[in-house]
Amino acid sequence: MLEYALFLGCNVQARLPQHEYATKLVFNKLGAKLYDVKQFNCCGYPLKNVSSHGSLLLSVRNLALAEQRGMDMMTLCGCGFGTLKAANQLFREDASLLEEMNVHLRKEGLEYKGTVEIKHFSQVLYEEIGLKKIKENLVKEFSGLKIATHYGCHTLRPSKVVQFDDPFEPRIFDQLVEVTGAESVPWEMKLDCCGAPLWGSNNELSMELTGKKLDNAREGGANYLCSACSYCQLQFDRVQEMMLAEGKVKQPVPTIFYMQLLGLCLGIEGGELGLDKNHLSMDGLGDFL
Amino acid sequence: MFFSALIYVAIAVFAGGMIFRISRWFRGSITLGADEISTGRRITSALRGAFATLFSGKIFTLVKVFILDVLLQRRILREDFLRWLMHMCLYVGFMMLFLMHALGRYISASLFDNYYSTLNPFLFLRDFFGIMVLIGAAIAVYRRFVASPPRLITKSMDTYAIVIIAVIILSGFFLEGTKMTSYKVYKRMVDTYADLSDAKEARALEAYCSEEFGISFPEEEGAPDEKNLQKGRELYEMGCVECHSNPRWAFAGYGISKVVKPFGLGMDKINLSGILWYIHLLAFLVALAYLPFSKLLHIFVSPLSLLINAAVEPERSDLANLATKQMIELDACTHCSTCSQNCSVGFLTEKIPNMRILPAEKLSSLKVLATKRELDGESLREIQEGVFLCTNCNRCTVVCPVGINLQDLWFHARETLLKRGVTEFSVFSPLSFYRGLRKDEIEGYKDPLARVEDVFQKKSAELEEGEKVLPLATDLRQRLSLSEQTSTFTVCFTCQTCTNSCPVVASYENPQEELGLLPHQIMRACALGMRGVTVGSRMLWNCLGCYQCQENCPQGVCITDVLYELKNIAIEITREEVRC
Repeated sequence: MLEYALFLGCNVQARLPQHEYATKLVFNKLGAKLYDVKQFNCCGYPLKNVSSHGSLLLSVRNLALAEQRGMDMMTLCGCGFGTLKAANQLFREDASLLEEMNVHLRKEGLEYKGTVEIKHFSQVLYEEIGLKKIKENLVKEFSGLKIATHYGCHTLRPSKVVQFDDPFEPRIFDQLVEVTGAESVPWEMKLDCCGAPLWGSNNELSMELTGKKLDNAREGGANYLCSACSYCQLQFDRVQEMMLAEGKVKQPVPTIFYMQLLGLCLGIEGGELGLDKNHLSMDGLGDFL
Repeated sequence: MFFSALIYVAIAVFAGGMIFRISRWFRGSITLGADEISTGRRITSALRGAFATLFSGKIFTLVKVFILDVLLQRRILREDFLRWLMHMCLYVGFMMLFLMHALGRYISASLFDNYYSTLNPFLFLRDFFGIMVLIGAAIAVYRRFVASPPRLITKSMDTYAIVIIAVIILSGFFLEGTKMTSYKVYKRMVDTYADLSDAKEARALEAYCSEEFGISFPEEEGAPDEKNLQKGRELYEMGCVECHSNPRWAFAGYGISKVVKPFGLGMDKINLSGILWYIHLLAFLVALAYLPFSKLLHIFVSPLSLLINAAVEPERSDLANLATKQMIELDACTHCSTCSQNCSVGFLTEKIPNMRILPAEKLSSLKVLATKRELDGESLREIQEGVFLCTNCNRCTVVCPVGINLQDLWFHARETLLKRGVTEFSVFSPLSFYRGLRKDEIEGYKDPLARVEDVFQKKSAELEEGEKVLPLATDLRQRLSLSEQTSTFTVCFTCQTCTNSCPVVASYENPQEELGLLPHQIMRACALGMRGVTVGSRMLWNCLGCYQCQENCPQGVCITDVLYELKNIAIEITREEVRC
């Protein structure tokens, strides 16, 4: 049986609890076991600007906790995925850096040897569970639903580190969306940043980037965006909502987290998947089922 | 007389202290924009809010929270069984002793017509509750001093609370034990209450009590005969049992009396039981008088915090009440450190020697900030760093056993500090994502950002004069960097692919004017060792970290990673300038 230590990340715990329920329900249906590790901390991503060393310290503690349980980690967030992957590679390459980290870890009875693998949830779905098994479990399928898939930068790049998919023409996530019967529309800005990293520090630029992507997705014919990262999801949901209020977006392109999209097709109720917790309305989605 | 005076003094200090603490709830503030609200309006708003809540449907929520969270302490149980057991022992034991024993004359006596502290069940219960408290205190000592998990910090206030409780209970048990062996006490009882007809009867009773209860008599006359004991027993049953259950029921005191019996007469001579009585009462009075200033204040304020947070809807309550609520929350903290142990960035204290990163430590500093007392520069810097190094993951709030909305406290503390003109670099990081989500609540949102930019510009200008070497090649940095990233910039041949693939650059008509050095120029500047111009480039702080440049670079330069590192360096070399 597939087993992973589920790494939620701060945003999910505080602002996107629906991602946690949806993921657990979906993986339960697909017969994979996810473990909660209460002691996991920040992945280290938000600290990279101010202290790389601090960021690594936070990463290594998560890795050590997973290793202690003999499990690999599955992340729900591209940024957490990218940060942990990069840190893991550094620790594997540089024994003295790892030892420096272990000095701190030992104080709480932990140690990291470098054995943990980090998987983005879409990798687990695609590579471990497989499209075939997902398809077998589908109860219903979308028809006529056009989705603009959004991978999220840190899931794809730097490709040497994350080794996720072709960084210029990725297919994994599109195939996962298509398995639900939805159509993944081609759109030019698919691989661009959502704008979230600058939200808070340069709101104008952040909104401009988000706005451009939304326009592009709409022009591509998308009814909805589908995201694979908590930061992107927050940006397209919460920030888009604020942009709507400020008149910076005329017509919304609501966004759905992939686990919610798949959950609906596995026969899980929208309420259980926390669709009502998304800020932008998901009501129209039912028309396509 | 003297003791009555002491009791009144203790009660007066307690009452004065409580009035002082409560008045601070309405005077101080950490809440953004609440400074202008007068104390009078704060009080009337609070009263209005309290009445509105009590006479609404919320009363049912309050009752539920009172039972589950205040009385049964569900929130602690969720966290850890041992800690729940500890706190239940301490609080049930102490409360029951306070009501049944300390206020026995008023409460127990009016509830039960046959109340005597020396009669069962009261005799037994007194020791039972006392032992409960001691078990709780022992677990507390174990948790704080033996298990002592990382990030659980014990301050003098925590030690004081354990010590004062232990002194009260232990002095009580020893008092009980010495009284049981004391001939003096026995004599006083016999002289006052017993109706003995002659010396023979007195001896018989003494013999019986010595044999049966272990009282130390001055003249022990060898083994008493059976007949004498029988007589003593009859006298005991006639005169004593009405008011005295068998002292064995007071198992803790009885155990102690067995141990100290050999010293019984000596203890009588120095009047040890009298001394212990003083200690017992004095310790209690000290605890009472000092309560408003100690962490024991939480006995009153933590339930209040739980109830208020159950009733208040932050979005709908007015600013005056939010300010008062946050002041109450600051006093409700028990410094149990559950938050610190669950903090998402708590592990950073391993690297950054600032304990105020930990929520429990930061909270006590906020009290100083809220009462507008002066803080020295170093403390202020530490508090500032502490409230900013926070991912707003909400875990502290979720786990807080007394229901404090910590995340909201941090938000308000951050903005209060920023409003004071503090320069904080991490406003330029994803740590301010949450700040952005609440931007509409913040006046002068961009001021702190502009301030940091100014500092970088100044530093940049200063460095440009004569600075030559970029400290990118130091050992530490090299190890910190992603796969030899530090050296990769040297192979850049400025083809501009990075700049052309950058979504930020593409967003501006005249990117160079807006952003300063562009990515390829920054790589070039690195190669030339021009530290000054890189620090001043706005490109650094507008970099999304999206790795487009790095992915597209034909030379394999780790551009994004170099930019991250430059940001770290810029902060490091500029930090000294903004020390308050």
